[in-house]
Amino acid sequence: MSFLSVFPLYWMIISATKTSMDVSAGRLLPGLALMNNLADIMKQMNLWKCLFNSFKIAIVTTLICVAVSSFAGYSFEVFHDKHKDRVMRIILVGVMIPGIATMIPLYKMISNWKLLNSMWAVVLPSVTSIFLIFLFRQSTRNFPMEVIQAARVDGLNEAGIFLRIYFPMMRSTYATAFILTFMASWNNYMFPRIVLIDNDQATMPLLINSLLTGYTPNYGAVLLGCTMCTLPILIIFLSMQKAFASGISGSIKG
Amino acid sequence: MRFTKTNRLSIAKQQSLTGWAFLALAVIMLMIFLFYPMLKGLIWSFQGSDGFTLNNYKRVFQDPTLRKAVKNTSFYVFVELCIMLPLALIMAAVLQQKDLKLRGLFRTLLFVPCVMALMSYATVFKIMFGNYGLINSLLKLLGIVQEPYEFLTSTSGAVLVVSICLVWRWAGYNMVFYCTGFSNIDSTIYEAASIDGATGIQSFFKITVPLLKPVILLTMIMSVNGTLQIMDEIYQLTNGGPANNTLSISLYIYNTAFSGVPKFAYACAQSFVLLVVIALLTALQLKVGDKRD
Repeated sequence: MSFLSVFPLYWMIISATKTSMDVSAGRLLPGLALMNNLADIMKQMNLWKCLFNSFKIAIVTTLICVAVSSFAGYSFEVFHDKHKDRVMRIILVGVMIPGIATMIPLYKMISNWKLLNSMWAVVLPSVTSIFLIFLFRQSTRNFPMEVIQAARVDGLNEAGIFLRIYFPMMRSTYATAFILTFMASWNNYMFPRIVLIDNDQATMPLLINSLLTGYTPNYGAVLLGCTMCTLPILIIFLSMQKAFASGISGSIKG
Repeated sequence: MRFTKTNRLSIAKQQSLTGWAFLALAVIMLMIFLFYPMLKGLIWSFQGSDGFTLNNYKRVFQDPTLRKAVKNTSFYVFVELCIMLPLALIMAAVLQQKDLKLRGLFRTLLFVPCVMALMSYATVFKIMFGNYGLINSLLKLLGIVQEPYEFLTSTSGAVLVVSICLVWRWAGYNMVFYCTGFSNIDSTIYEAASIDGATGIQSFFKITVPLLKPVILLTMIMSVNGTLQIMDEIYQLTNGGPANNTLSISLYIYNTAFSGVPKFAYACAQSFVLLVVIALLTALQLKVGDKRD
């Protein structure tokens, strides 16, 4: 089972080093065409620029989204009252709105604001996440309120409490939120496809697709593109895995 | 006495204000980027060339392509609920076995599919199942087929590939939720059951499943909701073909709006019908889930 799960990843990385012919032949050992494949990509698209664009968009989206959602989740629990409960109920209704229903109006808004082909066209529509607000609210439920009370008595102001006490203590929830948002933003494809038309602004998923739509696609190069698209999130996930697992369990228990 | 009372009240008021300040940004952003576009779309869906019209909604219920997309999407939901989720539960149960070595490693490996970039995995599967791809080479080698089997261009093949993709990608993801659920179950319950003579299978169905019910409900809602909105993978794998036989609802709406002659108003009407369907299904699941308590 584990073998089946990992095999496509292995095959993708191995194939990135092979010629198009060898990929079809299905040999399972590394080849020698890595540099050729890289050159082949660079002929069509600027790989490093695409990586940079993807990183830029994913980081900005994630920072804004995690900050805003954690403010909200914190407020719902720590400053809990029945008005905020009502707001939360309205927000939760929003979960049922399918992405496609807002995509068309958002596209028009973005083009009215003359933001097509800029990174904000992709960032702005994805800076809010009801799921993250919910995640932070659930995790904050287990937060020891006495600590906050004690800090207030000691004269720390509200912003200070959030930054110096809440934030460090909730590190694993932040890690989970970071990973989830970063991956979602990194994988974002259908919307960037319509708002980022310039090759200059293309992100990694767009790069893969433009490599694939060539006349006779070089599968080695396509799979090298796929590998370069997966490695960053794989590395981020593996390095934050422990915190991620405890963040998820914290939110389910709550 | 009175002094302290007013003072306390003003503290409470101040607290409430601070709370709203923390909340404000999220609410404003949700208004601009979620609720406002939704309303805008709703208004557009009633707009014809000369003012108010219901034609877009009439069209929704007569569109044969949409009917096909609904049928395909229902099949994907079926695959997720009847194959993917049970598989995830079994994987989690196996990983829960105390005597299994390298548990952490297996858990990570099984989660790998969700960490692969969405476009990467769809492209990898597309190439693997291509006419000259790995799977066909393997089938030929084993003597099962003579000519390459057209996985992506025949109806049953394409449906099979999309289903395999969905199960492969999401089983590990849901497994993580079940694993967490398992770790919250007190192990003494199992010990008591085995003393009373319960077999492993009995305790799985009589203890594990009922106790995991909230988590199972959560994964069911997430899966149904996610599958009703699926489009990226299908766009990349088959683009809905052959003859729209793998087309999903969201992908069809996307194509209506953004490819060829854009039909924004009609696409908005379609997406509102989808919204209503999602809302009804979620409500239904919550209701059924509550009743079994």
